Amino acid sequence: MAHNEHTAATEQHVHRDDVGARMGMWLFLFTEILLFGGMFLVYAVYRYQYPDQFLLAGMELNTTIGAINTIILITSSLTVALSIAALQKDNKFLSILMLVITIFFAFLFMVNKYFEWTAKIDHGIYPGSEQMLEKQNGEILFFGLYYIMTGLHGLHIIIGIVILSVILMFIVKDKITSTNLVKLENSGLYWHLVDLIWIFLFPLFYLIQ
Amino acid sequence: MVNGIDSAKTKSFYEEGTTKKSSGLASWLFSTDHKRIGLMYLVTISVFFCVGAIFGILMRLELMSPGETIMKAETYNSFFTLHGVIMIFLFIIPGIPAVFGNFFLPLQIGAKDVAFPRINLLSYWIYIIGASLVLLSLLIPGGAIDTGWTFYIPYSVRSGSNISLAIFAAFVLGFSSILTGLNFITTVHRMRAPGMTWFRMPLFVWATYATAWIQIIATPVIAITILLVILERFFGVGIFDPALGGDPILFQHMFWIYSHPAVYIMILPAMGVVSEIIPTFARRTIFGYKAIAMSSLAIAFVGYLVWAHHMFTSGMSDTARWIFSLLTFIVALPSGVKVFNWVATMYKGSIDPKPPFLWVMSFIVLFSIGGLTGLVVGSLATDIHLHDTYFVVAHFHYVMFGGTGTIFFAALYYWFPKMFGKMYNIKVASLGVLFFFISFNLLYFPKFILGYMGMPRRYYDYLPQFADLQLISTIGSWLMGLTLILIITNIVSAIIKGKKSEENPWGGVTLEWHTSSPPPLENFEVIPEVKHEPYDFSQLEEMKHGS
Ligand code: HEM
Repeated sequence: MAHNEHTAATEQHVHRDDVGARMGMWLFLFTEILLFGGMFLVYAVYRYQYPDQFLLAGMELNTTIGAINTIILITSSLTVALSIAALQKDNKFLSILMLVITIFFAFLFMVNKYFEWTAKIDHGIYPGSEQMLEKQNGEILFFGLYYIMTGLHGLHIIIGIVILSVILMFIVKDKITSTNLVKLENSGLYWHLVDLIWIFLFPLFYLIQ
Repeated sequence: MVNGIDSAKTKSFYEEGTTKKSSGLASWLFSTDHKRIGLMYLVTISVFFCVGAIFGILMRLELMSPGETIMKAETYNSFFTLHGVIMIFLFIIPGIPAVFGNFFLPLQIGAKDVAFPRINLLSYWIYIIGASLVLLSLLIPGGAIDTGWTFYIPYSVRSGSNISLAIFAAFVLGFSSILTGLNFITTVHRMRAPGMTWFRMPLFVWATYATAWIQIIATPVIAITILLVILERFFGVGIFDPALGGDPILFQHMFWIYSHPAVYIMILPAMGVVSEIIPTFARRTIFGYKAIAMSSLAIAFVGYLVWAHHMFTSGMSDTARWIFSLLTFIVALPSGVKVFNWVATMYKGSIDPKPPFLWVMSFIVLFSIGGLTGLVVGSLATDIHLHDTYFVVAHFHYVMFGGTGTIFFAALYYWFPKMFGKMYNIKVASLGVLFFFISFNLLYFPKFILGYMGMPRRYYDYLPQFADLQLISTIGSWLMGLTLILIITNIVSAIIKGKKSEENPWGGVTLEWHTSSPPPLENFEVIPEVKHEPYDFSQLEEMKHGS
């Protein structure tokens, strides 16, 4: 019965199952959706309670920056998908290039976000500030939600930058190749999710005016 | 498929690990073997259980007589909070899935390991980090958390104690829970041995699978709720603050949207263990296999829709209260399905009253009392009278401690020979169950009466007319302490110097009994091929004779 010498057991222990890995990733994304779902729920409750004040507060957000960031993120979703497609076709160079562009776009998004937030904070619009406390309750809540939800989303972008950079290194070092790219695919899925959440945040905060 | 005889020659997972060295601390802390991870959880979780129990016994000491006995009101506040937080987040929620799920889920479906062994180790580490944060929040200046384990707004925003850190710990623990859940779901979908169809899976696997779904679906909601409370403390955003237009009741909704399904995270795996133990000791296949499997899923689903029954007195429309009350009654149905099927399984079986079975008997009684009193507080009219009294304290100890806690011991006593290859003292173990049952009722039954008489929960002092019953309960807590010592030393001494156990001492037939005890690193010499229903005892003869 001792069909293998037990020295080999250690290597055997690590097995590979791409379908399983993808499944795990989808489950994880599902929890992310529920995490943001909680926030969307709170948003819905308060929007229903203070419709006029939400409308008023929404006008103070900069639709142009929001729109630019939307375009940036959608494009980066495309480039990450291209990076996967390129590696599938064994085009390592193109794959790396596309991933670098994705990471660049992610940075660009954060830079925009930085300017947007600092402009707001300079105008005294942040939780607990004096100007804020003079506003009506609905407006206070609107900006509170704005900071929390876009902040949480921004955090996900930063995590995404870290993940994509690690994946980039793996590709450079040939640890991820055309026959073994489930890690790249999973990171791509994560990135699409971050994009998707923004697609909902953008209209809810910037467009309904 | 069967190798009871020559397994003596193969190395067990104790002698061979996934790390370079197969012994020493590092070979455990960095092992990705699901069995070692399960055992590490066992040790850690047991330690926290003991810490929590000590807090409980000290609280009972304070309540021995009216007025200040051994501690001040503030200390008592911290004590019940810590007791609650430790018991809920560190013991009962991870309890059975993390220990026995980890160890036995892969074995029962004939897999070598879980789907993501490294994530499994990661989730253990995250658990340790979360637990350390809880302990840290006690030590650093500011004071131990004193809000009760429910962290209700507005006190949790106003209190000066170290709440942010303590609830952040709950956030971290949630991550561990999510990763474990995700791992189990994928394992069940992807790693079943050939022939192990969905309806041949042991019921413990079904229960753990349903639990894993709840873990995944409910935990993110508590994560976001906790984040909101932390942000509220630091920045005063106003989401839950009426002065800024927010709504404190919204917190309660979000909290219970998680925490009620979490109640099923606690109980479902326990029900799974019961469905394993009863057939083995009654020597009969389980009655109503599919009904039990499906009722797990049904509980998981309906369990989502009943959260607001914790809030009947918090301010809700009458229609909402009426609906939530009705739904609450509906959850009792799948639980009832299980109990009747278990009893039907035992009917005309040849029952062998060994300690694991005795634990299950004790479970059925205690859990039924807990469940039925749950209906009492689930009805609107009576809840108005009993809300936030000792009746509720008694009720949840009966379901959580009498239900899941009891089954934690049952599982430990059932699978002990498989996990360690040794046997404990059976007589002492049976006595342990008896003492547990007696001291449990002495400790908690008076609380039902106290609550009915109007004793509110979370008070360190009480009116003189409650003194007699409080004293009985305190005496019960001492007996409980002694009993726990008895139960635990029996296990510990068996680990150190127990006699070698037979390969299959109870005559179980699910897959974990088809390999040696303790199992080898990759669980089976040859991946088994499943040809039988899970509880088909006709295999037993065949198993005895070897392949
Ligand atoms: C030695 C065993 C135990 C003793 C003596 C004990 C005793 C107590 C006491 C005296 C209280 C405070 C009641 C009050 O003033 O409102 C309490 C609360 C509580 N206990 Fe236990 N208990 C024990 C085991 C457990 C176990 C095993 C669990 C869970 C699985 C548990 C969960 C809780 C919870 C959640 C609370 C509520 C805390 C709060 O109000 O925030 N206890 N227990």
